[in-house]
This record gives sequence, structure tokens and C-alpha cells, in this order.
Amino acid sequence: MIPRPKPERFRLRRTMMFMNAQKPGLIKDAYIYGVDSIMLDLEDAVAENQKDAARFSLYHALKTIDYGDTEVIVRINGLDTPHWQEDIRVCVAGGADGIRIAKCESAQDVLTVEKAVEEAEKEFGVEIGRTLLMAALESPKGILNAYEICAASPRMFGVAISGGDFRKCMQTKPTPSGIDMLTARGMMLIAARAAGIQCFDTVFTDLDDTEGFLNEVRQNKEMGFDGKSLINPKQIRPVHEIFAPTEKEVIQAEAWVRAFREAAAQGIGVFTVNGKMVDVAFIPGAERTLKLAKACGMYEGDLV
Amino acid sequence: MKNAVGRDIPEYLLRDGREVYQGKNYMDGKYLQKAAPRTRRYEKPQESKIVDSIVDALRQVGARSGMTFSFHHHLRNGDFVVNMVMQAAIEELGLDDITIAATSLGEAHDPVAQYIEDGKVVGIQTSGIRGKIGEVVSAGKLQTPAIIRSHGGRPRAIEAGEVHIDIAVVAAPTSDCVGNCRGIGGKSNCGSLGYAMTDAKYADHVIVVTDCLVDFPNMPASVEAIDVDAVVVVDSIGNPKKIASAAARISQNPRDLMMAENVAKVIASTPYFKEGFSFQTGVGGPSLAANLFLEKYMDERGIKMGWAIGGICGPMVEMLKKGKVGKVIDVQDFDLDAVNSINQTPNHFEMSASQYANPANKGAFVNKLDFVVLAALEIDTGFNVNVLTGSDGVLRGAPGGHPDTAAGSKCCIIVTPLVRGRMATVCKNVVTVTTPGACVDVLVTDYGIAVNPLRPDLIKCLDDAGIPHVSIESLQEKAYSLVGTPDDLEWEDKVVAVLEARDGTILDVVRKIKPLKL
Repeated sequence: MIPRPKPERFRLRRTMMFMNAQKPGLIKDAYIYGVDSIMLDLEDAVAENQKDAARFSLYHALKTIDYGDTEVIVRINGLDTPHWQEDIRVCVAGGADGIRIAKCESAQDVLTVEKAVEEAEKEFGVEIGRTLLMAALESPKGILNAYEICAASPRMFGVAISGGDFRKCMQTKPTPSGIDMLTARGMMLIAARAAGIQCFDTVFTDLDDTEGFLNEVRQNKEMGFDGKSLINPKQIRPVHEIFAPTEKEVIQAEAWVRAFREAAAQGIGVFTVNGKMVDVAFIPGAERTLKLAKACGMYEGDLV
Repeated sequence: MKNAVGRDIPEYLLRDGREVYQGKNYMDGKYLQKAAPRTRRYEKPQESKIVDSIVDALRQVGARSGMTFSFHHHLRNGDFVVNMVMQAAIEELGLDDITIAATSLGEAHDPVAQYIEDGKVVGIQTSGIRGKIGEVVSAGKLQTPAIIRSHGGRPRAIEAGEVHIDIAVVAAPTSDCVGNCRGIGGKSNCGSLGYAMTDAKYADHVIVVTDCLVDFPNMPASVEAIDVDAVVVVDSIGNPKKIASAAARISQNPRDLMMAENVAKVIASTPYFKEGFSFQTGVGGPSLAANLFLEKYMDERGIKMGWAIGGICGPMVEMLKKGKVGKVIDVQDFDLDAVNSINQTPNHFEMSASQYANPANKGAFVNKLDFVVLAALEIDTGFNVNVLTGSDGVLRGAPGGHPDTAAGSKCCIIVTPLVRGRMATVCKNVVTVTTPGACVDVLVTDYGIAVNPLRPDLIKCLDDAGIPHVSIESLQEKAYSLVGTPDDLEWEDKVVAVLEARDGTILDVVRKIKPLKL
């Protein structure tokens, strides 16, 4: 039995890699690639008559494999299927860090899952509130209800858009510029930030189109996403590189945080660093930069 | 007697001045008396040396029982020639008490296993031993222990007279009527004939077997007519599909790619990675993929590779053609891209196994090598590598150039997954030591990198470059935690194979395995 530490609601999630929960060869050591979160899939990757087998495989993996610092999230089947309740029981019993709600369209969907999670936590003697939630928005309705979904539960750590289904609803297809999902991505980002949770972009499925992938990830970063969903380990490093702060940003963030802490100790609120006025409002961003820098091996100090 | 890698070598093997392994460079500075062959004079001009059949050729060179026959393995698993010659010698001429000294033996030579069981073939000397031959030797059916040598150790032993070749048989993709041979231009092309060269020079008699007779003179010849007694033309010397793959493709397996990238990172962190550096890599998944990532670092630093050696395949030829490597010197070719390039692409040269890796000569290429990237069946916490015996103790591998390049190079990197199925690759004690741990510098696995504590300089390089690394013990523990601790193998006393270190001392022995009882 591998005890997993209590999940952190807000942590670094630059990369979330999907893998079929039914494939032991894939999930047995998915952590070796350095991904921030792995997403064990009980939904689309698993054939309808294999759902039960996949749950057994998942439970066994959660109970016997030491995933270390890698976050373990499970994508459960949609609320319109007969599978989701049993999926939730397995996730909670196995001690998954979080559950991804597929095809989420309303705050009620989140609350429905939350209720089942809490019941499962009671059933299996798991600390109430331990299991985190995130929602996948896959339809126009989901996007329009993004804010209420994001704000529906204190367990919610993030929201992601699922491009395949969404584009189908919108009768569009992937474009190099990303204009096909620009509005949806933007609305989801605003909702997530308004609710104070994280926001993740959809997968890029053409593994041979390296340049297209890099362009999309660059756009993700510019738009303000926290991370990206992935389908192959070879996509991990490029995302981490693109999401890494520049050296200049790291130096600046370190100076700001250090100056802020010294100033605060002396009872000073506003101060200047290298001629620029800095106050408390800059600090969360600077701390985030340092955490990111630490994860990227660019910062070894002890401020974060 | 225990040797320098802690292996117990039976005293009875230590006769005629034979010693146990004493460590790297033990023989340095000693003298070697070369053994010359006794060859027939062909003073009267011959229009042609072609004879009708292998049997005729064997008769002409006086083949008889008790002789040692040598073969090269350039036709790999497509080879027909070993079996054809053994059939002619044993079944048609009725010879027995035969020793086969081959550069390597594999599944293609399964029929030889029966000659071993029948007691017709009594000795095997080879670098690689796989398939049924490996099984019958492991079962103790060969009358004398097989002798396993590295690719460099073999020409050393031949030159020193430790193995005397009575008849060398050279399978030749092309030959002219007097025996000038090349590895290209025919229908069963293999490219380099590097492993046949020393044999042809040191054998008393040389028979060329070809399936493509070309006009005289077949130049530039890899094996020269001056050493050849007879030429036999047969329908086919091998199955081209199994001689060289169409093109060695770089793995798309994410695990291989991750390891390959880490190999390149390690290389780029060392002071040897500079303009003109030298390099050898294998054709296994992560070893070959290392080329790809290395090229990226070369571009970033604006440097070129001076030269590459080894078994060569397409990706290295590509780099040569792009001008990213100055020269490629080639002892064997693994795919058609390499076969079609040797001696054709400028700066793609052929070399003999002796020139490649012989520790007793005066200038083997491995001694000038900066980096070598190698695979392993097993590696233990002393960094000793096994590439010969399986986890069941059965002979199913080949030292090849592994011990030679590891010993000669400045930085030897082993790349291997931590576990293969239920087998721990990183283990407490390898079944057989084929490459001593003192020659191995860095281990790259999918679960982390370990540096040999004998190389504090390399540890510092990795630290300075921010490349995380762990102890090899922690990797071994991780492996056992994943797949469990393997039971010890159970052996009988009988030694079935003697593993020679490249310098001729005894590095390890393989004993008869007790049959598995459940």
C-alpha cells in the first residue's frame, strides 16, 4: 500500500498527461517522464465493455505504485452514463488526488459529483474533502456556465476545455491560429480566474506536427493558461520549456519577494526595487514565478 | 582463484600460463610473439581458383578431423555459409573433432547444435552465442568449454597463436575468380568485411564462398586474393532480408527517447564534448536515438564530430553526408544505408576487427574513443555488465565490442531500462561479467542516472550541468521493489564456457545450469 500525501489544491500543473487506466504497461511508471499530473482515463479510452476491468486496473495501480510527487487524477465517465458512481468509489477508495468531471455543464453537475465523492470518502474512511475536483467543459453550455462551474465547490482546483467535443458542437476544426476556440478559451480563462482556480488547455493530437504544437502551447501561455493536457510523453519537455520563466523574470521576482519580506518586517508597505515601485499586489505573481522557476531547475533559493 | 572482478576461476583452467583477470591495462608494455600461418605457395600462375563445390575446396586445402574452421558473422542471421561448410565437412567428408572459431554465432546456425550433440563439433570459440548452440552449450553438451572473446580479444588471440585457424572460410558478397572479396556489389551485400580480415591473414588456408562472381580485379578488396586458396561459387550465401535491415529507424518509444536524451545531456556535460570529438553508439533503441539528441547539442555548440566508429547504420551515414561528422570508420554495417555507403561516400572507410578493438596491437581505434554508448542485459551495483547470459543463466548474447570500447573510451555510457518485464536489469550481481565495472562510467536508465564513483570528475560534470543523478544501489533497490528480488541461479560444477577478458586473462566462467524445477 502506498500512502499518498494529502493533495494540494493549488500546485504546479503545467502538464497533465492522459493515459488509459486499463493499460498497466503505460500507467505502471508514468511518473518517470517528469509530468506534473497524470490523468488516468476511465472514459473515452476505455471500451464500453471494459469499464470494470479498467477500474480494477486503476485501483491496483493507485494502491501499489508509488507515483511520488506526480499528481494522480482520474477522468471518470460522464454523468449521463451508468458508470460514474462506481468510478468515483474506485477513485476515492484507491486514494486518487483528484477527479476530472467529464462533459460538465452546470454547477449542479459539480455538486452531484461532490456529493457522491463525500459519500465515498465516508464509506472508505477517507478524510472528508481530501479528493479534489476539476471540470472538463466540452460543450457551448459548459462554456456559458463556466463561472458557476468554477465556483461551485471548494474542492474545485481547475477547469479544462476539451477541444474534440467542443469543436464538434461548434462545427469547427482545429486551426493553426487557434481562432476556432479563441472565444471559448478566453471565456473559460476569465471564469477560472474570477473563481480563483486554475485553467488548462485541451490536447494537441497531431504528434507529427511539432511546430503546430509549439505554437499552440506558446499561445496558451500568452493567454494565461496554467497548463496543457497531453497525450504523449514527448510533449512534456516542450511545454515545460515554454512555460518556464525567463532568467530576467526570475531575478526580478526574487528581488521583489526578498524586498517585500524585508520591508514588511519593518512595517513598510510600498517600496522600490531598482527604481520600480512595488507593493503587495506584485507579490503573489512573483512567488508564482519563483515556484515555476524552482520546478524548472532555474531557482534553488529558499524564498518559495 | 578469485579475479579482479571477484569471480572464482577454477584452478584447472589456469594452465599454460593462463592467468585470471587482473584489471584494466594489466598487459600494457608486455611483448607478444605473433604466430605466423603455414601457407601453400602458388608460384605457378593460376588463371582461376574456382572449384566446383565446398567439398572440393575442403579437399584441396587438406581438410581433416581435428581442424579449426573460422567464419565471420557479417551475414548475421541471414548466413547460410557456416551450415553449408559444416555439412560438407561432417556429412560429406566424414570429419569430426572439429572446432568452430567464428566471430559470432546465432539462430541462423541452429543446425550446428546437432553436430555438437553428436560430438562432431567439439570446440566453439566465438564472440556471440545464441539460439540452439547457446542452449546445447549451456546444457553441457560441448566436449570442451566454449571460449567467448570480445571482438578485439579475438584478433589478439589469433595473432598470439592462442587460436590457430586451419581453414578460414570467407563468405563474400562478391569475389573475383582468384578471391579478391568485397562486401558490396552482389546480391547478399553486407558492406564491411572487417571481421574476416585478421582470419584471412592468419589462417593456414582460406576458402572464399561467394554467390556473385565479378570480373577480376574486384577492388578495393576487403580480403585479398594473395591470401586465398580456393573460390567456390554457390547459389546463395545468405538471406539478404536477414543480413541487413532496410533502414535502422530511430525509435519513437517515449521511454527510449527519454533515455537517449539523457545520454546526450551527459555527453554534452563532459569536457570531451568539443570540436572533433569521437563517438560510437549501438543500434539498440535508446543507443541509436542518442544520435538524434547529440546532433542537437552539436548544433547548439557549433561543433562537429571528428569521427565515429563501430557497427554503422543509416543515421550515422546521414550525419556524415550532412558534414556533421568528419570520418566514419566501419567494422560492420547494420542496415542497407550503411552497406551502400561504405567505400562509396567520401570519408566512409572500412577497418579490420584488430584495427577496431585489439588491445594488444599498437593503435586500435577504441583507444582514441571519447564516448561509447552501449546497452546491457544486466548491470550490477559494481557497474559490471553482462551481455552474454540471460537471467536464466543460458548463453544468449555477445560481448562483441562492448568490453573493448568500454575499456578504451574516455566515457563509457550504458543505457538500459531499469527493468525488462519481470527482470531487474540493474541488479546486485550480474550472472556473468562480460565488461568489468572499472571500465563503465555512467549508467542511464528510465528511472535515473548513476555515475561510477571511480569517476569523481564525471560526477562533477553532471553536478555542474544540473543533471540529477543517484547511486546505482538506489536504482537496484528501485528495480527490486518493482519486480521483486530474483532467486539465485543454481549451477552445476561443470564449466561450459570460459569468458576471456580482451587481454586473454579469464574474466569469468559460465557453468552448466541446473534444470529448472517448479
